[in-house]
Parts: sequence; C-alpha cells; structure tokens
Amino acid sequence: MRQKISVNVNGVPRENEVEPRLLLVQYLRESLNLTGTHIGCDTGQCGACTVLLDGQAVKSCMVLAVQANGAQVRTVESLASGDAYHPVQQAFWDLHGLQCGFCTPGFLMATVSLLQRNPNPTDAEIREQLEGNLCRCTGYQNIVAAVRSAAEKMRAAPAASPTPMPAGAGGE
Amino acid sequence: MFAKDFSYAAPASLAEALALLQSQPEGEVKLVAGGQSLIPLLKLRMTEIGALVDVSKIPELHGITDDGDGVVIGAATTYFQAVNSPLVQKRCPLVIQAVSQVGDPQVRARGTIGGSLAHADPAGDLPAVALAVDAELRATGPSGSRSIPATAFFVDLMTTALQPAEVLTAVRFHATDAPHAGTAYVKHRHPASGYAIVGVAAAVWLNDDGTCRAAHVGITGAGTHATRAAGVEQALTGKRLDDATLTAACANAADGLDLMSDPYASGEYRAHLTRVLAKRALAQAAATAAQR
Ligand SMILES: Cc1cc2nc3c(=O)[nH]c(=O)nc-3n(C[C@H](O)[C@H](O)[C@H](O)COP(=O)(O)OP(=O)(O)OC[C@H]3O[C@@H](n4cnc5c(N)ncnc54)[C@H](O)[C@@H]3O)c2cc1C
Ligand code: FES
Ligand code: FES
Repeated sequence: MRQKISVNVNGVPRENEVEPRLLLVQYLRESLNLTGTHIGCDTGQCGACTVLLDGQAVKSCMVLAVQANGAQVRTVESLASGDAYHPVQQAFWDLHGLQCGFCTPGFLMATVSLLQRNPNPTDAEIREQLEGNLCRCTGYQNIVAAVRSAAEKMRAAPAASPTPMPAGAGGE
Repeated sequence: MFAKDFSYAAPASLAEALALLQSQPEGEVKLVAGGQSLIPLLKLRMTEIGALVDVSKIPELHGITDDGDGVVIGAATTYFQAVNSPLVQKRCPLVIQAVSQVGDPQVRARGTIGGSLAHADPAGDLPAVALAVDAELRATGPSGSRSIPATAFFVDLMTTALQPAEVLTAVRFHATDAPHAGTAYVKHRHPASGYAIVGVAAAVWLNDDGTCRAAHVGITGAGTHATRAAGVEQALTGKRLDDATLTAACANAADGLDLMSDPYASGEYRAHLTRVLAKRALAQAAATAAQR
C-alpha cells in the first residue's frame, strides 16, 4: 500500500505517495526527476548514490524513501548557486578529480559531508573518509588533491561556501 | 533492484513496536533499524517479508548512559553517534577501536549498534567486542524484559538468542577505563568488502605486579558466529604477558572454531589469521594496560 511522505529536498518541501519498497535514490530520480544522484552498484558498495540525509552522507540505495519521511535531503543539484560552482565542485573541475564523471555526484556529497566534520583533513583522513566511494577512472590521486584544495579554499573564505546545513547536521 | 512489496510502520514507542510485531504471523514481520544489512537482503530477495517495523524513531532505544562500571548504549544508536560520544570514548575504547573500522562513513551514519548485534553477521566487528567486554544485551518481548550475556547471545550463523517477538533495546558494555586495563581490536579486512576475514577483540586486566589478572578474547570472521577463545584466556591468567607466553597461548586460538571457508580465505588460512591476530590484539591490549 502506498504511504504519504513529506521530505524536504534541497530546501523544497515535497509530499508524495510512495510504495514502502521504493528506495530513496529511486524516489529522487524517478518521482522528483533529480537525476544527478546516480545508481552504480545498487548494493551499497560504490557510493555513487550518496546524498545528505539530515546533514549526513548516506547511500540512498540503502535507505527506503519512507525512512526519509520528515527528513531533510540534499543532492548534488543543490551545490551550485546559479552559475557559481560550489568550491568542492570547482576544485574537482580544476584538478581533474573526475574522468567519466559517473562517480562524481557521490564523491562531491561525501566530500561536503567530510569537510563539514573536518575542515582540515590530512591526505590519509581524506582517503579513509572517502572509503565508501569507488571510482573506476581516476586512481583517486586527483580526487584527494581536489578535496585538499577545496578544504583550503573553504577555510580561507568560509562565507563564500554555500553549504547552509539543517539543524542537527553531522548527527547527534 | 526492488524488494517484494511490504508494509511499513515507524512506531513512536516500544509498546507500539511490540504490538506490531505480534499483529503479524511469525516470519512475516521484521524489525529494521539502519537497514544497512536488511535492505540489501530484501532487495536481493534473499529475505522476503510482509511487514517492516522501523525501530529507529523509538525514544526508549536511544541514549548513551553511564551506570557505574559500564556504559549502556541504546540499540538504535548509530555507529556514528557511538564513536562520537565522549562517554564511550573515555570508558569503552574497544567500541571505538572496532566501530571506527566498520564499513565506511555512509554505513556508519545509518548502521546501528543493536542492528549489528541482532544481525550477527559471521564477519561483523561488534560481536567480537561484545564478547570481549562481557556485554549484556537487553531485550523486551511480550512477556517482559530480560538481559542476555553476550556469551549466550551468538548462537549460530546469523542466529541469536533473541526471540522473534523480542526487540533489542540496549547493550551494556563493561567499562575498561580502570587502572591496569587495556583493549585492542585487530582486523584483517577483505580488500573489497571491508568486512573482517578475521577480527580479534582483546581486553586485558593486569595485577599490580604486572601479571595477567584476566584476559578476554572475542573472535569474529573465522567461524559461523563470534566466539570467545576460552583456552587462550585460561592459559594467560596469572602469567606475565611476554612474547613467548602470548605465542604459546595463541597457538590454540582457533581450536574448537567452526571454521568457514570461501574463495578468498580457506578455513586453514582463517585459523592461521586467528592465531596471529589474537596475539597482536593481546599484545596491544597488554601494552595499554601496562601504561595505565
Ligand atoms: C558497504 C557495507 C560495508 C559494511 N562493512 C561492515 C564491516 O566492515 N563490519 C561490520 O561489522 N559490518 C559491516 N556492514 C554491516 C553494517 O554493520 C550493518 O549496519 C549492521 O550489520 C546492521 O545494523 P543496522 O542498524 O543497519 O541493521 P538492519 O539492517 O536494520 O537490521 C539487521 C537485522 O537486525 C534486526 N534488528 C535491527 N534492530 C533490531 C532491534 N533493535 N532488535 C531486534 N532486532 C533488530 C533486523 O530485524 C535485521 O534482521 C557493512 C554494510 C555495508 C552496506
Ligand atoms: S548505488 Fe548505492 S552504493 Fe552503489
Ligand atoms: S570518474 Fe569515472 S568512475 Fe570516477
């Protein structure tokens, strides 16, 4: 039986009737047409489907849409403001943190979450914190460089980083 | 991938959850917490159910409290909340040592302490911890509440002492921040999945003269369910935990295990890892205990 859910997605309140078995990723892509969030493995391994749920990075192929009832969700579509890329997007662009780009929305959201918890991570911390995201193209080197560079820019100009987070961001 | 259709409810109290569990035929209804083990099983249709009861919004299953010589963690506490709790960090370092090695940040944001223990994955990290610090698992069912010692909880492959109509409400971990106590978790990760091929949790308590008062060893990954290495523990009591003593005791670390075997690691290799990692975990725990 379909159930009614209310979810705030990228600042827009949404109300939909969904089957309980509908995954959050499918809700975002198919019910809301937000196709920036990708499905890679569909089994929780690759992180391509990473979004922020109440401020924390989660794999949206491992969450039911009904479990997001009442929550705030942020997808990659929320990062840029107008023509201006988010500093994390800009750093991935500048430093070639992508090749085919399939994994990129997931890496961007995982990076936003990581820099929120730790604005000045070491390379080892970046690699450890992005363990839930797989990339078949880049060999990760440029992804780590892009995260490091985004962190520097965001520390230098925190106000220029459009990442308004909902209350309770980062858990607890 | 789509699961077979099911109904979903997110009760706001434990009483409501228990009633929902009983309103369905056994086997037709399942609890879900973080969903990080159950949702993939439903999607792959390895498990099929008619009704899902979400425990993550039940207030009685949340909260982390100090009860003197232990820390009680609500079953629906996420891994992320547990590792970021100053109380757990101070009093139960073993929980931190193991949980920070579970999966990845996204899995730790959703997965829960209770879900991981109730699931009893043969390669789960937390079952080894629960055994090593004599955790007590608190459950409530239709006929009331009871407390199950970790040593009686892990029964078989993905099978625990929980009854189908019971909800795990909290887990009490014995504190190990006393003088002369130390812990360590050592894990050989599968390079792709990150799960433990073998993981060993060790807790060591020393006497004032540096000899071993008690040593507890929990092993995961090697056999069908997490197990205490009682033989190793007995061989260490009263001894000085030097290299030769640890090597001799850990030579028996895999004895009595119902060893698993798969294309990545044979039973024999798992037994070897168990002996090596048990020694490493005990040596680390003993070194910490000696400094405190
Ligand atoms: C990519 C990936 C990597 C992972 N790596 C690791 C790893 O390295 N180490 C590791 O240990 N685990 C790993 N896991 C598994 C993870 O730890 C799971 O989150 C955990 O095992 C289950 O917790 P959950 O809250 O998500 O439970 P769920 O998936 O919601 O439930 C699991 C089972 O527990 C039952 N259950 C849940 N809560 C209760 C309760 N309160 N009372 C009674 N029964 C309950 C459910 O009915 C179900 O049968 C990984 C998972 C993924 C997807
Ligand atoms: S698609 Fe969700 S983790 Fe790969
Ligand atoms: S850029 Fe192609 S998978 Fe990462």
